[in-house]
Amino acid sequence: MTEGAVSPQHREPVLRVRDLSISFAQQGEADRVVDRVGFTLYSGQVLALVGESGSGKSVTAMSVLGLLPDSATVSGSIELNGNELVGAPGAELRRVRGGLIGTVFQEPMSAFDPVFPIGRQIAEAINVHRPIRAKAELRARVEELLATVGLPDSRRIAASYPHELSGGQLQRAMIAMAISCDPVAIIADEPTTALDVTVQAGILDLLRSLRDTRDTAILLITHDMGVVADLADDVLVMRAGEVVERGPVETVFAAPTSDYTKRLLAAVPTLAELDVATVTEATPVVAAGIEAEIEAQPDASADDAAVLANASVVFHRRGVAVRAVDGVSFEIGRSEVVGLVGESGSGKSTIGRALAGLVPIVEGRATVAGVQLAGSSRRLRRDIRSRIGYVFQDPASSLNPRNRVGDSIAEPLMVHTGMSRAERADRVSDLLRQVSLPLDFAERYPHELSGGQRQRVAIARALALEPRLLIADEPTSALDVSVQASVLDLLQELQRRLGFACLFISHDLAVVRRLADSVVVLRDGRVVERGDAASVLAAPSDPYTKRLLAAAPVADPEAQTARREAWRLLEEIA
Amino acid sequence: MRIARYIAFRLLGVVIVLLVVTAITYVIFYLLPSNPAQLSCGKPCTPENLARAKEYLGLNLPWYGQLWEFLKGIVVGRSFGAGTGTIVCSAPCLGYSFQLSTPVTELILTHFPVTASIAVGAAVLWLVTGVLGGTIAAVRRGKGADKAIMTVAIAGVSAPAYLVGMLLILLFGFRLGWLPTGGYEPLTEDPVGWFLHLILPWCALAFISAAVYARLTRGELLEQFGQDYVRTARAKGLTERVVVVRHGLRNALIPVVTIFGLDLGTLLGGAVITERVFSMQGIGSLLITAIGTLDLQVVVGVTLFSAILIAVANVIVDIVYGIIDPRVRAA
Repeated sequence: MTEGAVSPQHREPVLRVRDLSISFAQQGEADRVVDRVGFTLYSGQVLALVGESGSGKSVTAMSVLGLLPDSATVSGSIELNGNELVGAPGAELRRVRGGLIGTVFQEPMSAFDPVFPIGRQIAEAINVHRPIRAKAELRARVEELLATVGLPDSRRIAASYPHELSGGQLQRAMIAMAISCDPVAIIADEPTTALDVTVQAGILDLLRSLRDTRDTAILLITHDMGVVADLADDVLVMRAGEVVERGPVETVFAAPTSDYTKRLLAAVPTLAELDVATVTEATPVVAAGIEAEIEAQPDASADDAAVLANASVVFHRRGVAVRAVDGVSFEIGRSEVVGLVGESGSGKSTIGRALAGLVPIVEGRATVAGVQLAGSSRRLRRDIRSRIGYVFQDPASSLNPRNRVGDSIAEPLMVHTGMSRAERADRVSDLLRQVSLPLDFAERYPHELSGGQRQRVAIARALALEPRLLIADEPTSALDVSVQASVLDLLQELQRRLGFACLFISHDLAVVRRLADSVVVLRDGRVVERGDAASVLAAPSDPYTKRLLAAAPVADPEAQTARREAWRLLEEIA
Repeated sequence: MRIARYIAFRLLGVVIVLLVVTAITYVIFYLLPSNPAQLSCGKPCTPENLARAKEYLGLNLPWYGQLWEFLKGIVVGRSFGAGTGTIVCSAPCLGYSFQLSTPVTELILTHFPVTASIAVGAAVLWLVTGVLGGTIAAVRRGKGADKAIMTVAIAGVSAPAYLVGMLLILLFGFRLGWLPTGGYEPLTEDPVGWFLHLILPWCALAFISAAVYARLTRGELLEQFGQDYVRTARAKGLTERVVVVRHGLRNALIPVVTIFGLDLGTLLGGAVITERVFSMQGIGSLLITAIGTLDLQVVVGVTLFSAILIAVANVIVDIVYGIIDPRVRAA
């Protein structure tokens, strides 16, 4: 594999990595996590390091900054503007960090120190490399930077503490900090993974404009093929520490050469092609129409797995009532898969929790499996749980780490049925078989399983009581794409075979499209659009749904360019 | 404005807590099979004398009546007996010790400087050494310095105060003769003597607490080192010292400050063991003696005084907490 496969327009090499190998000392043995990786990053280029967890992409990026733990051994060469960084003295590396290379991290919420205002943290970065003595001048510089990254209210933002800002604002502030000393390169490590799609689209746009206007080289670390298609010029696909494919983004996506890249791309769930013309066509807001439609709906049939009619959930925070769910109506028919989509704070998880009787519904009606939830006793709400299965986002924390997998699966059987120990063991075996796990997994502990295997266990537990309704709350967001694909396949197959109804909660429209029969789109606790999945996701009528769809990046550089255009137009309209 | 309301709200809570503490103390001593009137009844103790003594001490009232008189005394003062033998205890009256013929408020005021001298000095000493030791141990994690500091810390955590105190007296007081073996000199009369008398109590107290603080600081700091914002701080190009102190320690000290306030508040209410070991007449000694002689008024007064200190320390900690952690301020 040669290093020459980069787009010709980038000619100024900024960062040259050759034969980079990284091992971690573990109990006396060296564990090699990066194996002879090489690439060159040019000014004005976005190079994406793509791979699943354990591929070594983040470790590679951190090695450039010399920020690996002491247990790491680095060999090979990392040259920044011709200066060798491997084995460079601390002072030299500190000059690089923040000075020549800016960094943007994954979780903007935790990447800022919680006890200092944002402005002070940016000023700190400036003062390390290009000290400005005059306070007023320093403040002006910070505000100017914040304005540059699309935070017009820069004075207020600078005075705010991290917890007072949203994820999108913080990530912009983080980018402001990264460019504060005019670096030649930016390392962006999963810069949008923790953000909502509409926010993500804005951040990607900002990074793109930095590349174009400042000629900054960007090393983008991501697992998201859609993000790669959106932003990257060139791609480096990594797997288990090795580079398996490299090339310009169009080539790699159109004609991947390695089997792994092919599989990775095939595993990414897709969205229907977006018709830019119809999407950007201004449609009248039809909220009133939706209300009328909801009113007109005939009473739910007893056959429905769950019905929500004008249901509201209210939380009290410091004496202020917050309507997390506000007059939501929809029903989940027998054996139907309903996708519930929305961004963070839209109330989608709260609806799931309300249906499981975990939070009370204060207004409206809700029935699950024919049982009225609203106004019901705590005891009844608890009993309903035996008819519901629940799969949570993070299988690592939703399984008790001190219980064997078999015991976790058997727990609902123990609570809700009078099965004997032998009967329970039989049922556990049966369930493990259904989720395609070896039977001896019953004796294992969760930490001995991979993320995908753990989620299979969680599904087996949720199905233990043969529920009428399965609530799956972002069941695949914590998983790698290839693992996500297999878990989605499994869910789909089980649903078809066992015929349970499913409320599938997700922020990922493509995932919902794969699984759901119908879709409910939520925003700020209200339903903005609903209908059958194919038509809503192909031809949305609500402006918010349109923006949501246009903002979701797809793993196809050409189609993504069109979507980006559509998103920009919609942003202008909005 | 909001902070003023918050403080007012907290102070109201403090008053309620103090009322409950006083009531409980009263009830406990009321239920004890002791009879203070008997002690001051004189000989021969005729039933008339006893009744008179009871009335004189206010013991003829039921427990809640006594409690009410006590509480009233704090605000407006009170008097015992009538005529020429009247004892006046002016506000704030925390009771009157008939055994010592002194108002409790006066007893507390004379004993408090001793305790305060011990407590404040020791607290500063253990805070500085504990945080410093914990920081060094965290930065040098797994290295020799870490192991050495943590070994000393384990010794400190497990050593009883009286043992450390006596060993110090034995070594520096008797064997080497460098420092006095006990007693106290008021700061205003003999500053040097004051300091010399306090060195050993400070060290004895601080040794144990510094160990606790070192362990706490080390643990908190190591947790901070794993946080994303410490990584961000390093990626900015800050020196390791700035990363550790400004970003690591600043966050790690939030829980340390909480515990420090409460520890100091508790200690100001009487360093019982240390005062005994070093024969110092502080609040702790006063309380222990009063319990031994069943001097109810002193016990209640000192208990209330200690409770006030702890409750006030609690409020101060919460306010300081709001200052050092902006996330708390919002809530």
